[in-house]
Amino acid sequence: MGEAATGPTHTFSIRTTGRASHAALAAAAIILLTLALLPMFAGRTLIQDLIFLFYMLALAQCWNLLAGYAGLISVGQQAFVGLGGYLLFALTLIGGLNPLLAIPIAGAISALFALPTALIVFRLRGAYFAIGTWVVAEVYRLAFAQVKPLGGGTGTSLTPAVTSSVPGLDWVKTMLDVRTPAARDIISYWVALALVVGTLVAVYLILRSRRGLALGAIRDHETAAASLGVDIYRIKLVVYIATAAMTGMIGALIYLQKARISPDAAFSVLDWTAYVIFIVVIGGIGTMEGPVIGAIIFYLMQRYLADFGAWYLILLGTLGILIMLFAPRGLWGLILNWRDVTIFPIRRRLGRVKEANVTLD
Amino acid sequence: MSLLETRKLTAFYGDFQALYGIDTTLEAGETVAIIGANGAGKSTFLKAIAGLIRGEAGSVLLDGMPIGARAAADIVKLGVALVPEGRRLFSSLTVEENLLIGGYGRKMPGPWTLDRVYALFPILKERRHSATPTLSGGQQQMVAIGRALMSNPRVLLCDEISLGLAPIVIADIYAGLPQIKAEGASVVLVEQDIGQAMKVADRVYCFQEGRLPLTGRPRDLTREQIHRAYFGT
Amino acid sequence: MTGWIDALIQGVLLGGLYALFAAGLSLMFGVMRLVNLAHGDLIVLAAFAILVVAGKLGLDPFVAVLLALPVLFVIGFALQYVLLNRTLGRDLLAPLLVTFGLSIIIQNGLLQLFSADSQRLRSGAIETASIPLGGGIAVGVVPLLTLLSAIAVIVLLNFIFYRTPIGRAFRATSDDLEVAQLMGVDIRRIFAVAMGIAFVVIAIAALYLGLRANFDPTIGPARLLYAFEAVIIGGLGSFWGTLAGGIVLGLAQTIGARIDPEWQILAGHLAFLVVLVIRPRGLFPRAQD
Repeated sequence: MGEAATGPTHTFSIRTTGRASHAALAAAAIILLTLALLPMFAGRTLIQDLIFLFYMLALAQCWNLLAGYAGLISVGQQAFVGLGGYLLFALTLIGGLNPLLAIPIAGAISALFALPTALIVFRLRGAYFAIGTWVVAEVYRLAFAQVKPLGGGTGTSLTPAVTSSVPGLDWVKTMLDVRTPAARDIISYWVALALVVGTLVAVYLILRSRRGLALGAIRDHETAAASLGVDIYRIKLVVYIATAAMTGMIGALIYLQKARISPDAAFSVLDWTAYVIFIVVIGGIGTMEGPVIGAIIFYLMQRYLADFGAWYLILLGTLGILIMLFAPRGLWGLILNWRDVTIFPIRRRLGRVKEANVTLD
Repeated sequence: MSLLETRKLTAFYGDFQALYGIDTTLEAGETVAIIGANGAGKSTFLKAIAGLIRGEAGSVLLDGMPIGARAAADIVKLGVALVPEGRRLFSSLTVEENLLIGGYGRKMPGPWTLDRVYALFPILKERRHSATPTLSGGQQQMVAIGRALMSNPRVLLCDEISLGLAPIVIADIYAGLPQIKAEGASVVLVEQDIGQAMKVADRVYCFQEGRLPLTGRPRDLTREQIHRAYFGT
Repeated sequence: MTGWIDALIQGVLLGGLYALFAAGLSLMFGVMRLVNLAHGDLIVLAAFAILVVAGKLGLDPFVAVLLALPVLFVIGFALQYVLLNRTLGRDLLAPLLVTFGLSIIIQNGLLQLFSADSQRLRSGAIETASIPLGGGIAVGVVPLLTLLSAIAVIVLLNFIFYRTPIGRAFRATSDDLEVAQLMGVDIRRIFAVAMGIAFVVIAIAALYLGLRANFDPTIGPARLLYAFEAVIIGGLGSFWGTLAGGIVLGLAQTIGARIDPEWQILAGHLAFLVVLVIRPRGLFPRAQD
């Protein structure tokens, strides 16, 4: 070629944070602090409501990671909620373990169960995968209904020995001048807060990592991703197992707080899948901000409309359908259409860093 | 009025612009060839005419009537049939069923029937009940063409029918072209095989990166002109 | 010994019911790649519809169904054309979640209208009639009719799919949606026709569901799972395979029940999982793909 060419070259960098996310980080720290200190001045009802909000949000983030990012649409996550719950009961009632310790162990054991489950269920693709996960959840339900030591089909309750062995009860009772049940709720509240923050951080880290970039590619165009050498199977497996672990821990917390478990409740499609999907869909699937909005809205709806029973559920179903048809990216998607804002900095942006003049020869 | 005309046809694949305002005509009875390098926009062009892709701007006119906004299923009923790139036969259907479904949307009266197609490509009659994946490439191409003919098109769009085929097979397929023309179809051929295209075409359009730098009759175009238009230097 | 033979016979007959459940699902997936999470609830909805029509008009359920078939075709056509067509063609999520929402709406709508009470379709003497086979074993007339109806439906579906122009269009659309349009196939109408046919099958399934056992608004999801399992066990792409899948599932359940009545449903699910592990493409998958 022999020609000397001079021209500017650009060096590019990848940015994930923007101004909005910096502001959001500061706000988040303040919110977190407020929430942690809330039991000092909040009533018991609010604490219980917030526990519900936190664990539904955590479940939603997990489902969103599976479906919105890894393209694994599961209608069977209730399997791990129930599994986590039953593991907590088994570890505490039968194993004599400390309840708070039982929660992460339940998560770890859930991950162990998730591996063979995934190997079976991954033989199905797409919509068939979805129903397959439902079948698996049913198998879990029917299996646990046969476990007599844990109450069989009618279920069982946590003994006072267990519920009063939650660490920190006495401290809370004296510090905040409350009775035992309220103290238990407050500790559950802090655990729930820790879990939801932990879930948010975990999901954030996964999406921010190199695997996360791969996930985005898989979600957007699986065949192209495969042709680029992305090991889709392994990534999906890892995400499935990680989600199962988190969901298991959340399930353990839920049933620690409820103190009573039964197969139909623990493995309920409505409570642990339908509501969760609704939260993600109305908030905005495939984003981290969406489930936060969705959880708040769902909590409000649940608080004020749940008394309407069947009509309330018909409303939820109808809303879900309308959103899927007319606003498929949810409320957060609508906000994004209006202003391109990111709070959780996981999207990667191409940013120009510098220009340089270079001579080629 | 031309049988088929495109005016300033512009089309995108997502964010990528594939066609930049293409003007072409096809007169009744003509055979027009479209040549160009890979990615030049030739297939996109045919798909836009057939209705598989909607043009962002510009128009496609059949007998002076705009068809650019119409669905693919409607366009074939108006008499424009596409033999898609890569043949894309229906693997659940036998040879005969593939041909029959070509006549599914048939609204135009015309000469093409199952027997006529078998007369054009006799090997298909022998293999009429075979599953299409068991056919050779050339036979599959014959099925694809026959399938398009079953709708009695006035305009037959052929997308790279010689792709992946041996010269002798290509010759076999092109041997059927005069019959197709005699029965009343005007043909648009997208071709990689320039020699073959020049032999049968009345006019040639040469695409390059979504634009149309060269057009003319085969005998009026020099090799240098084509080379330049093809590769663009 | 007779107990086991009886379990086998009952299993095959039960398989007929599951095959009826599955045939509609198989049709929907075969033509439109739609997995309808509301499938089981639609069967229950149809059963309630037959109940109401039979009750209001004083008709036998068999007659009521016959009269209802054209109406159900139209309803299915409309549902697909107006609602479900909007969800297809995009990603996987939309049809799944929309049908999931539909499932919830149907269940709760039925709860509102009919309460959670168990219902049954009444058809007089035929309900308890049975044909003795000797050795103390008898075959119920209704279960037998169920199996025969399932076979008839599958024969009919195969006829439609493999011997009619519209069946060609169904198969072509299933193979290659884009090129099918190039043949002049109006996709939206084809999908709607397929759904209409599926609704007819759903109605027949509902008839036998209601005749054989009690039903209430909440049993839909379980039927969906059985239908799904029958399709997967049998293998995608073949209606006869779906019958085989249904029978395998029915046998698994009745044999499981014979060992322990509490294990009936679990046995079915486990059989499904076993087939999924050792023969993921099912027992009788279609040769291609």
